[in-house]
Amino acid sequence: MSQSIIKGKVFVVGDNIDTDQIIPAQYLNLVPTIPEEYIKLGSYAMCGLPDNYSTRFIKDGEVTTEYSIIVGGNNFGCGSSREHAPVALGGSGVKAVIANSFARIFFRNCIATGELYPIEPEEALTSIFKTGDEAEFDLEKMTITAVNSGKVYKLKSMGDVRKVIDSGGIFEYARKTDMI
Amino acid sequence: MGMTITEKILAKAAGKEEVLPGDNIWVNANVLMTHDVCGPGTIGVFKREFGEDAKVWDKDSVIIIPDHYIFTEDEKCHRNVDALSVFVKEQGLTYFYEPGTDTYSGVCHVTLPEKGHCRPGEVLFGTDSHTCTHGALGEFSTGIGNTDAGFVMGTGKLLIKVPESIKFIIDGKLSANVSAKDIILKIIGDVGVDGATYCAMEFAGSTIDALSIEERMTICNMAIEAGGKSGIIAADAKTIDYVQSKTDKPFECFESDGDAKYRAVYNYRAEDLKPVVAMPYSPDNVKPVSEVTDSKIDRSYIGSCTGGKIVDFIMAAKVLSGNKVKVPTFIVPATVEVETALVTEMVDGKTLRAIFEDAGCEPIAPPSCAACLGGPLDTFGRCNTTEICISTTNRNFPGRMGSKDSQTILASPLTAAASALTGYITAYEC
Ligand code: SF4
Repeated sequence: MSQSIIKGKVFVVGDNIDTDQIIPAQYLNLVPTIPEEYIKLGSYAMCGLPDNYSTRFIKDGEVTTEYSIIVGGNNFGCGSSREHAPVALGGSGVKAVIANSFARIFFRNCIATGELYPIEPEEALTSIFKTGDEAEFDLEKMTITAVNSGKVYKLKSMGDVRKVIDSGGIFEYARKTDMI
Repeated sequence: MGMTITEKILAKAAGKEEVLPGDNIWVNANVLMTHDVCGPGTIGVFKREFGEDAKVWDKDSVIIIPDHYIFTEDEKCHRNVDALSVFVKEQGLTYFYEPGTDTYSGVCHVTLPEKGHCRPGEVLFGTDSHTCTHGALGEFSTGIGNTDAGFVMGTGKLLIKVPESIKFIIDGKLSANVSAKDIILKIIGDVGVDGATYCAMEFAGSTIDALSIEERMTICNMAIEAGGKSGIIAADAKTIDYVQSKTDKPFECFESDGDAKYRAVYNYRAEDLKPVVAMPYSPDNVKPVSEVTDSKIDRSYIGSCTGGKIVDFIMAAKVLSGNKVKVPTFIVPATVEVETALVTEMVDGKTLRAIFEDAGCEPIAPPSCAACLGGPLDTFGRCNTTEICISTTNRNFPGRMGSKDSQTILASPLTAAASALTGYITAYEC
């Protein structure tokens, strides 16, 4: 994954979105490295969200989402170590999660797999964006722009993490840098 | 400057004199554990990256423990266990606790110490977030994803960031109705579900010293519920005896220096601790039992790596002995060894199994993770509708034990058993 501008709709969620909400345990029988099951995992992404989320992340009958950016609150991805979680999001078509903070293993799994960019904003965005808003995320400038208002919000630098995700994950990165 | 126990173990594993929090270092792993949920994906990554004919870095150190989806009709689950079995044969792995054979054990985190795979001073990685459990034996132990695990499988190494440490000192004597589970729930309630993100949570003090190894495991098991990278308790004479009773492998014990640096230090008096529960839907939504006694429950679940060990069933049996449960009560021993103990351990002159049967519990399930994480629809004890379940497990996120409409209340074995007798959240009256 290496592009410098990601344009698309945002999907907004609250605090403590755990891995059971991202991909419920009943789908962990799917193996992420089997291509058909990767697609299946993607099609179940975020289906564990409680019913008070009135908008479905993936429309009935579809296997990918129309939202390429998730905007979240604190502690996104807490819970289990299942790599199925970032993989399901990546499989569904999500390119970045911009959340106030991340749980450790989820963050690490995003980097290791290169599935998506886990990014923290300078200020909380959950009350600024609404689900369905169009946004433009600039990886060079580390900003996200709300297309409607034209307002630009700053994001925190990804540091070394970006290189790994741009390479496509820890293995590609390790090879590029002669670590393996 | 002094180092914490975690820094000392990681320095040794990296071949360095000293490490500092925030350093990114390559460490050598002593053990890599995987199970049926993450094993097939890890093997997939390993083969994709190192080639079809690649060999694991050490056939004695890659340990495979299927435990999650064992007693189900779900075909994909069977396929996954079969894939592990094929891999084990192909690689000649020494340790495979295979379902359907007499090597089967059950829940990975209880199996690892029982079978001597946890040793002080070592580095253990597992493809499961509750791998932090094994810090209870004085080692560095943490959960990783499939991709990282595939890397370890091939190289025996991993690049990790040295965590900052937070110290929790608990001194004094616990009341008879307060247990290790109440200590860790109280701490999670205080620091919050992200209060220890990226940190090593170190537990010490006379209360911790007095706990059995299994109870210490209950505490370290839930470090992840505060966001922790690991939990750790320095090895003492009890740990050394325990480990030596399981393995002849040599090991080295470390402890924190007096001038080691911590991000924060918390002090607790055991006498101040009370029975607590974590109400839905977060492990930090912690309330004293006394404040929620009018909350109805409609089932009780005693099991998992947190609350399905021998010590947990002894506690539950003390409460249930001579009484009848009012709500369906599910007993799931974590491992075969625990299951065996149900007929060898006695309370009030009766075996644990007889106590549970006489109290009217559901027929005892075979050892596995069962409904701790919901699982396939036919899983034993799974909450399939709007059940409110008081449980000795570790997570109560929406849908954790099955249906999104169900609710999980986290409690100690004493409280889960006492609640089963009344149908309301109830502390054990001793
Ligand atoms: S018992 Fe529960 S928490 Fe423990 S390993 Fe199994 S599913 Fe995970």
